[in-house]
Order: sequence, then C-alpha cells, then structure tokens
Amino acid sequence: MKQDVNHFTLPNGLTILAERMDHVRSATVSFLIPGGCSYDPPDQLGMGAILAEMLSRGAGERDAEQLSLAFDRLGVDHGETVGLLNMGLFGGTLARNVPFALELFADMVLRPTLPEEELESVQSLLIQDLQGLEDSPQDKVMIELRKRYYPSPLNRDRCGSEDGIEAVTIASLRNHHRKQLRPNGTILSIAGNIDWSMIRDKAEELFGDWPMAEVTKNTPTDGVPTSEHLHKETQQTQIAIAFPSVPMSHPAYFAARGAVGVLSSSGMSSRLFTEVREKRGLCYSVYASHETLKDRGTIYACAGSRAERAQETLDVMLAELRRLKDGIEIDEIDRMRASLKTSLIMQQESTSARAGAIARDWYHLGRVRSFDETQREIDGLNVSAVLDYASAFPFETPTLVTLGPAPLVLPA
Amino acid sequence: MPFHTHRLANGLQIIGETIPTARSVGVGFFVNTGSRDETIPVSGVSHFLEHMLFKGTPRRTALDVNLHFDRIGASYNAYTSEEATVFYAAVLPEYLPTAVDILADILRPSLREEDFETEKKVILEEIGMYEDMPSFAAGEYAKKIYYADHPLGNTILGSSQSIVDLTRDQMLGYFNSRYTAPNILVSVAGQFDWPEFIAMIETQCGHWPSDAAVRENLRPVPGAGGNHRMAKEGVAQEHVMLFSPGPSAEDSLRYAAATLALAIGDDTGSRFYWELIHPGHAESAGCSIDQSQQSGTTGSSFSCEPTKAAENLEIMLRVLAEVQKNSITADELDQAKSKISSRIVRHSERPMGRMRSIASAWIYNNEYHDIDVELNRFESVSLEDIRKVLERFPLTDTTIVAYGPTATEA
Repeated sequence: MKQDVNHFTLPNGLTILAERMDHVRSATVSFLIPGGCSYDPPDQLGMGAILAEMLSRGAGERDAEQLSLAFDRLGVDHGETVGLLNMGLFGGTLARNVPFALELFADMVLRPTLPEEELESVQSLLIQDLQGLEDSPQDKVMIELRKRYYPSPLNRDRCGSEDGIEAVTIASLRNHHRKQLRPNGTILSIAGNIDWSMIRDKAEELFGDWPMAEVTKNTPTDGVPTSEHLHKETQQTQIAIAFPSVPMSHPAYFAARGAVGVLSSSGMSSRLFTEVREKRGLCYSVYASHETLKDRGTIYACAGSRAERAQETLDVMLAELRRLKDGIEIDEIDRMRASLKTSLIMQQESTSARAGAIARDWYHLGRVRSFDETQREIDGLNVSAVLDYASAFPFETPTLVTLGPAPLVLPA
Repeated sequence: MPFHTHRLANGLQIIGETIPTARSVGVGFFVNTGSRDETIPVSGVSHFLEHMLFKGTPRRTALDVNLHFDRIGASYNAYTSEEATVFYAAVLPEYLPTAVDILADILRPSLREEDFETEKKVILEEIGMYEDMPSFAAGEYAKKIYYADHPLGNTILGSSQSIVDLTRDQMLGYFNSRYTAPNILVSVAGQFDWPEFIAMIETQCGHWPSDAAVRENLRPVPGAGGNHRMAKEGVAQEHVMLFSPGPSAEDSLRYAAATLALAIGDDTGSRFYWELIHPGHAESAGCSIDQSQQSGTTGSSFSCEPTKAAENLEIMLRVLAEVQKNSITADELDQAKSKISSRIVRHSERPMGRMRSIASAWIYNNEYHDIDVELNRFESVSLEDIRKVLERFPLTDTTIVAYGPTATEA
C-alpha cells in the first residue's frame, strides 16, 4: 500500500512527522508534549489541565481574543488536552492553512502569556469540570478504577483534585510550563494534503530555537491494586475491571489486541456482547478495551446493569474473560482480523486519525509502523497467538471497582 | 462528484455519490419514521424496533446478523431520532454486496417473541443508564416541557412502563404501517459501481410493499413559554436550557440560522464562550438549531455549579437580547463561516459523512448539492440574512427549563 511518511528530528530533540494524503483537502496538526497529568506536582493535582487551558488565553503578541480570532479566521478547530503521560494540542483545518496554524501553535507552546488575571477563571472552570463528573457515572467509575489499579503517579486523572487546583499559583504554573513544555520528547505530527519540504522548513524556523530542558522523572511507586465498591443511589451499577496486559512495544501487543477483538472490539458478535447482552439482556453497554502506556498495558472490561442484575453481569463477564484461554474458533480470529484491517484502511480517510497514529507509533516505538507492516502483523494473528497471550495473561486477578447502590461479590 | 438517483417501481428511493478517491463505501437505509410518529400506547416503539431489526430474519438468527456483519469487518450500527430510523454500514468496497444483503434482509425482520422479551430487558437497561446521566435526563424533561403535547416532544426511548407494556403485535402493526418502500431511502457514498448497486437493491427490496406511509400532526410547535425547574435528588450540576422557534429543515434560512447559532454558541470564540466559559462561570455552554420536518427549534444551554446558575441565566439572556437587538458583526459572521467551511470539508472526507449529508438533503428538500455548492450556500450568508433569521425567529421568545439538585431549589 502506498504511503508517504517523512521524519526529521531537530537538534533540540523535537521530532517532526508528516504523512502526505493527496486525496484529501484538509490536514490535522498534532503535538504530543511530555507534560501529562502524571507530572503534576503532588500538591497541585490538576496543574497540567490548568496549563493546557491557559495556553489559549494569550500567546506571542496576541491576547486571548486575538488568538481565538486568528484560529477562527483560518477555520482551525483546535483543542488542548491532558492525558496521563502527554499533553496534546491539535488542530484540524484546510491543508493550505497549515503554515499559519503552525505559527499560532508555536506561540502557544513557546510564548504563552499565562496571564495572572485569567488563572482564577480557569480554576473555577476546572473545579466545575471535576464536580460534573458526579453526573457521569460511566466516566467516574473508570477514573476511580485507574486510581486504585495503577501505582502513583500513573493513577492520576487529568481533572486533578479541588485542593490541588486551588493550590496552583501563577508562579508555579509558569514554572511548570518552563519545565514540562520542552522540545526533547515532543512529537509534532501532521497528516493531510501537505508538502513535506515546506513543513520541515516551517517547523525548523518556528521551533529551532526552542531550548531543551531536563527530563523530569516520574518513576511509578510499587503500588498494589485494590478493589472497592463506591456507593451511589443510581438505577444501574457501573462495573469496571482491570487486568495487566502488554504495552505497544511488546512482541505480544497484537496478540493482546486480538484477545480484546475476540472479547469485544471486533463487533457485536464478539463474546462479551453476545453473552452478556444478546443472550441474557443484562445490559445496554458492555465492552473490553486495551490501553497502552509506555512500559505497561492494561485490558479493561466495563458494563452497567440495574442493581438487581449487576452480580449476574459481573459473573458472566468474568467467566467469558477466563474461558478465553480454553479455546478460540478460527472464525473468531477471522472476524477480528477483518475488523482490524477495515479500521487500518479507513484511517486513511481521516487526517486526524493518521496524525494521531503516526505520533503514537513514534512515541511508543520510536518509528512509524508502515501499513504493510501492520497488515503483516494482523495477517500473522492466529488462534495459537491469541491463546498464548491468554495463557500468559490469564484474567485471573481482576481489580474491580463498582459504583452503585450495593457492592458485588468477586467470584473466585 | 457524480450523483445518481433512482426510484424502484414500489416507491423505494435510491441515491448515491461516487467518490473516486475513497477507500471505503458507506451505505444507509433511512426509514422515515421515529418517535414523532408514535401514539402514546406505543411510546418508544420506533427505537425498540430499531433494536429488533438486529434480532434476525427468516434467513438469519440474531447471532447470524452480527456474525455476518463482523465477518466483513463492517463498521455498522443504527439510530433512532424524532423522525428517522437509520441503519448503516461502512465497509471496504469489495464487501458492499454483502453489506447490502444484510441490511436489506434485516429491514424485513422476524420479530420473534423470545427475542422481543430478551431485547425488552436491554431497552430497560438503556433507560436506566440514561436516567443516571442528568445531562440527558435534563434534555428529556426540557423537551417534554417545551413541546408539550406536540409529537416532537415524544420521548425516543419511551418510559419503563410503556416498554414493559408494549406487545410484539403492537410492534408488528407499527412496522407494517411504517417500513413500506415509499417511506424508505437508500443512500450510498464512496467507492462503488452505480448500476451494480441499483441491481442489488432491486433484487433485495423490489418486493417490499408499496403502501404509502403518512406523517400526521405536522402542526407548528407553539412553545410552552415560561420558566420551569425540576429538582432531583443526587444531581451535582445545574443544567439549564432555553428554547425558541427556529427554521425547519426545509426553510431557506437554515444556512443563516446555523451560522448565527455558531457565532452565538460554538465551543470556542463565540459569544457564549467569552461570556460564560472563558470567565469560568459555567462548565459548558452552547447554542444549536434543531431542524425537523416543518418545524425547528433554537436551543441554548449551559451547565454549572448550582449556586452560579441564576447569575449565568441572566448572562445568557442578556447575550441573546443583545444579539436580537444588534445582530452579530461582520467579523463574527466571517469567523463563523470559515469554521463551517473547514468542518464541512473535513466531515466530507469520510464516505459515511457524505452518505449522511446527501440523504438529509434529499429527504427534506429533494435536492442534491456537492461539497462546493454546500460551501457556497454558507459562504453567501449575509448580515441581511442573519437579520431575517432574527426577525422571523426571535431569540428572546424563550422557554426556560432547569434541572438540578434538590438542595438549591429556589
């Protein structure tokens, strides 16, 4: 399959990746910057989220309003998000506007005003965001699960804590910006109908002088996962389970994705949906998913059922996960491969999907995996590869968090 | 882009847009029926029926339907709105015949009693899930207040009671009256061959009944007016919604109205953003136009910490009154237009996006426009058009509905 990906690393360590897609008119620009919420100071949880929000409140010569106006005139839909490990900046626009969009992003990353008078508004916004989680049980249960499953600081959430958000000062924020927004470790990726030499020259001009900074350590502690029930008077009990898996760089990564495919992600015929919803009508939503950090991976399984049926839902889910190692049909493997192949090809119709994919590859693998290589990995998935994975990572020690009117019993 | 249209002898309509550069193809069956076509005794039947279509046909069991879609790696689903029930799939081009075979087959479901009873439990779980999400529950409550006894106020999910009471025979009756060929449109976009596609649809759907299905109660929505609030135990945020009349899906002012709504309430750079989000007063705030057949609504909303709600409502009402009085500036209009253009282009790069856009234009206005014509319609919106929107659909003609915790009840 034809693919046109280019790469260049500036002397200061900034990685620039570009994928040319000549069948589209748009382009997506994405920055992955090593300033995720796991780097928040322990007494100022929520710092990363505050910084991300503050970046758009004035940068370079422009105040907040002028910056917003400049983005809007270019038709750039932009966003600033904070993940666990990285801060993400992205913008989608018509391909011809990419050079101007890059200028605005360079101002935001390198020369944000971080105006003191805006800090209180941003804190108020994020505290409300945090309170809003109480009205979203499905999001809430996942955050509470990660909090108990991962060791510190990987167990944090971008929303932080009320105390942490309030403790942030303009001085600590500016210091965090200086420390965490650095070129070494940052990946700028662009996908769309763009010209590589122009991108490269423009990026060099805009980011060449960005000074390197020391890499902050955030070595995880030796935490032990704990299960817990959280009480809330709701109709449904939310069930969220985590199991250790492998990261993207691990040789068994595609086998782990294959296991999740058989269990859930290759469509409505996959096992969890069939057994929990289709045959028994126990829930509306049930799924498993794979999450990769740099050094570890996790498989989650989640569902929500009315309180009186939640125990049965949990029992059936765990039984399905545990019997994966006992055998898999060839047809299940074929379906899983068909779904992975479709998503690989359909990615090529979306500049945001490709900009994200090449950045993720680089972050986890230090290179971009070609379509052909991914296709070979998918073709190479067979029954024994997935069974081997399920035996090596047998779904035996779940970390369970439930949210609802009554606790559930974890079956032996 | 080449556009094609065809009508089968039984009245089924087919439209398609060929996109030579596409890697995939999106296909959808749009049934012109939804909650507004329901009577009270069958409340929720359109949505429940949507679920039942995946439960099998004389040729396929429920598991077969899922298996057959998954074997071709299809990305497929369905949804139900006030006036449409849509079944769709995106696939690699070589699998289009299989995707059409499955979709057309499930549009003639068996509605087996045993599957009906199992799926009823799933629907009840779905109702429970949304009851636990106040932002959704707030929207349902607001809709009921604003539309009062107008059919557009009907709940899509139904209530736990109406779902428990619903029988398989009632559903079959509804199916027979609504899923007839003239009431269905098939839309396709991306990489495909038009003559082959027509032949597939002819073979699969040519025998479907040709009875006309009529949509009743196309009367205007008066709008309840007034100020309403529902208090609910255990809710954290205050959710506030303001409704006023807006252009219908057929109204030529819909382009101007959508542009105006964006200038007022887009996520970034809008009036609401600067007045409510940027200063940290509210967690979210937005404005949008909900367009239906011969009816439209302008909706503004925000959610925030309950003690800030009264002040935020005043701000939102002030912004709407200012826009009503002085309109928006030429700069605001230009910004809104450039955002819309960029979004249309990006949305259109996926065949599924085009498949939906061309279906919607055809269903409501019996017209087709390619991306450039669509872009032009927005590009040509003038301040004069915005003024016309404000005159015909005053933003100050609001019904206010709030939903929040018991503790702060006034």
